[in-house]
Amino acid sequence: MSELAAARIAVRKTYKLYIGGAFPRSESGRSYLVTDHKGGFAANAAMASRKDARDAVAAARKAFGGWSAATAYNRGQVLYRVAELLEGRRAQFVAEVRAAEGLGPRRAEALVDAAIDRWVWYAGWADKIAQVRGATNPVAGPYFNFSLPEPTGVVAVIAPEASSLLGFVSVVAPAVVSGNTVVALASERFPLPAVTLSEVLATSDVPGGVINVLTGRTAEIAPWLASHMDVNAIDLSAAPDALADDLAVAAAENLKRVVRLGDEDWALPPGLERMLAYLETKTVWHPAGT
Amino acid sequence: MGKFEYAPAPESRAVVSLRESYGLFIGGEFTPGVDGRAFKTISPATEEVLAEVTEAGPADVDRAVTAARKAYEHTWALMPGTERAKYLFRIARIVQERARELAVLESLDNGKPIRESRDVDIPLVAAHFFYYAGWADKLEHAGFGPAPRPLGVAGQVIPWNFPLLMLAWKIAPALACGNTVVLKPAETTPLTALAFAEICQQADLPPGVVNIVTGAGETGRALVTHPGIDKVAFTGSTEVGKEIARACATSRKKVTLELGGKAANIVFEDAPVDQAVEGIVNGIFFNQGHVCCAGSRLLVQESAYDEVLASLRRRLGTLRLGDPLDKNTDVGAINSAAQLAKIRELSQVGEEEGAQRWSPPCELPVKGFWFPPTVFTGVSQAHRIAREEIFGPVLSVLTFRTPAEAVEKANNTPYGLSAGIWTEKGSLILWMAARLRAGVVWANTFNKFDPTSPFGGYKESGYGREGGRHGLEAYLDV
Repeated sequence: MSELAAARIAVRKTYKLYIGGAFPRSESGRSYLVTDHKGGFAANAAMASRKDARDAVAAARKAFGGWSAATAYNRGQVLYRVAELLEGRRAQFVAEVRAAEGLGPRRAEALVDAAIDRWVWYAGWADKIAQVRGATNPVAGPYFNFSLPEPTGVVAVIAPEASSLLGFVSVVAPAVVSGNTVVALASERFPLPAVTLSEVLATSDVPGGVINVLTGRTAEIAPWLASHMDVNAIDLSAAPDALADDLAVAAAENLKRVVRLGDEDWALPPGLERMLAYLETKTVWHPAGT
Repeated sequence: MGKFEYAPAPESRAVVSLRESYGLFIGGEFTPGVDGRAFKTISPATEEVLAEVTEAGPADVDRAVTAARKAYEHTWALMPGTERAKYLFRIARIVQERARELAVLESLDNGKPIRESRDVDIPLVAAHFFYYAGWADKLEHAGFGPAPRPLGVAGQVIPWNFPLLMLAWKIAPALACGNTVVLKPAETTPLTALAFAEICQQADLPPGVVNIVTGAGETGRALVTHPGIDKVAFTGSTEVGKEIARACATSRKKVTLELGGKAANIVFEDAPVDQAVEGIVNGIFFNQGHVCCAGSRLLVQESAYDEVLASLRRRLGTLRLGDPLDKNTDVGAINSAAQLAKIRELSQVGEEEGAQRWSPPCELPVKGFWFPPTVFTGVSQAHRIAREEIFGPVLSVLTFRTPAEAVEKANNTPYGLSAGIWTEKGSLILWMAARLRAGVVWANTFNKFDPTSPFGGYKESGYGREGGRHGLEAYLDV
């Protein structure tokens, strides 16, 4: 009996894409080798294609109407729910981040904890960003005038290469909290924690299509996102400089809001710049009089 | 046409388990009072005794303030905002989890319809904690400077009309900002506050961060005059509010007061009548009119008077008064015998001063405290029922001809908590809103509340705001 137990073979997971709330393989049928930090085999991750990227943008666009119209309170609760579920799978994420990034246990735990807390931090912003960035404007006339932040639409994000979970969360959450929907390209080298995170997203009340996760070659997929005419904003911070320049030029074609921030220490408390980058300001005038 | 008959649809009481007696919640534990005094809390719908509750004396209040001070200095003020936030999120979640139990308990102790406690009070309680949880680690973004500081220990006294909701309005922002609290619930409605103490235990909130002392006016007086507190927050009558303002006038305590009101609900001739009538009914008969911002003065444009009054009377005929735990009940019990006496007295005065009194045919239960929905017409601005807060299901109707006259009449009160405007004309809403001296103005709606929305009064309705980003100011050293 004990020999049998010792001989049990683990059931391994297939790491797939996350598009529109479903977990497809790449339509191209391709995958690529992901190694652990010692160079050993970790998994064959899906290698997304141009078509997968376009499908992901279409799914994000489809989800935008509902997500952006949800109450801020509701979006806040959904993001908080992600934190709750992540906390419940803390040990799994610590193991995955360790395996991927080759960190010591303490460091990996700290990064996973920070990733959980980051969801909580952003959850609280859902119903506050309008109170910090909105205004009534005392125009010189008999008008009531106010300005509101609104989400810009579909945001493409190239996630940080070196920080597989915390970095990923830190660039995705600030986009979705205000009602944008996201197509995220996971770290090319360490894609697995982001794929596992998509399992959490799928079971945490985040509507399908609000966050879409692609794995594959950044240099291959990012240009299709940067030039896609139905993407409204793109975070190029994690792209290598030469590639980022080309992507920024492509993004200019439909005046995407481009985010290019320098190297960041993801463990530090975030600023507001990523949230603000994906917001439009809408100003409303209304006459006042009898 | 006969009325629809409703079968009884009572919410089960089984979800609530009451103890026979409750101690004071001090330093994270239920403890007996020093001098052993107690009082009973009853169901106003049946006069049944629900539980015995400890009456906190000055020595108990002192213990609670000491516990709160200790928690402030050694735990809560030192804790990073991100961690304080997590406790508040926990509380919000536990309130959501125990929502049905809290709703039934609130209706039992307060007398309000279960439909309201279930759909309004308790969801708003959870939302309030959820909202302020999110502020705990974002205070530097709230517009009060780069590193706003808490005040210290807050002494908070709340009323009986929305017991747990008023507790949430007080405790959530205080804790989010890093203060600790000693809270006194009203003597007629202590039970949900005591249930909240259990919720603090379930959330593993550090001992002393929240302390609940039960009692009546004397306990409240001992709390707000205690030299060990840095902040007083009170919701209740203007009379007591003034007493607190005097008592704290020479201290350094920061004071916020949310007091009485005599709100005008102003209906213009172009308003959609059915919608306006629903708003009028909600404005004054929601929570039996035990609402400080109730639309107790209806101002109707003369040209629409007959139509509005006819529709209003017809609508009042369909209100169902009775068992608060029945899911079909619209109007529950008056909270206490004392409040019922006050409503009766002012209504009597209304008749004596010459206003015409009307109520729909309405059978009142034999036991408990009840008052039928009542409308006074022919009311002048000089009448006491047009000037004084009745805090019951009694509506005074006045008329006006022009917007300017409506503003004049609406503002002709020492109060300034809220107002309502009913018209299809957006520009008129904004013109009126700019001129009404009231802290909240509802347009084509009434009695709407949200944790993100600041609430509070002008003039003798008090000072300070609760809710929203503005609500943080009351608990920060700014």
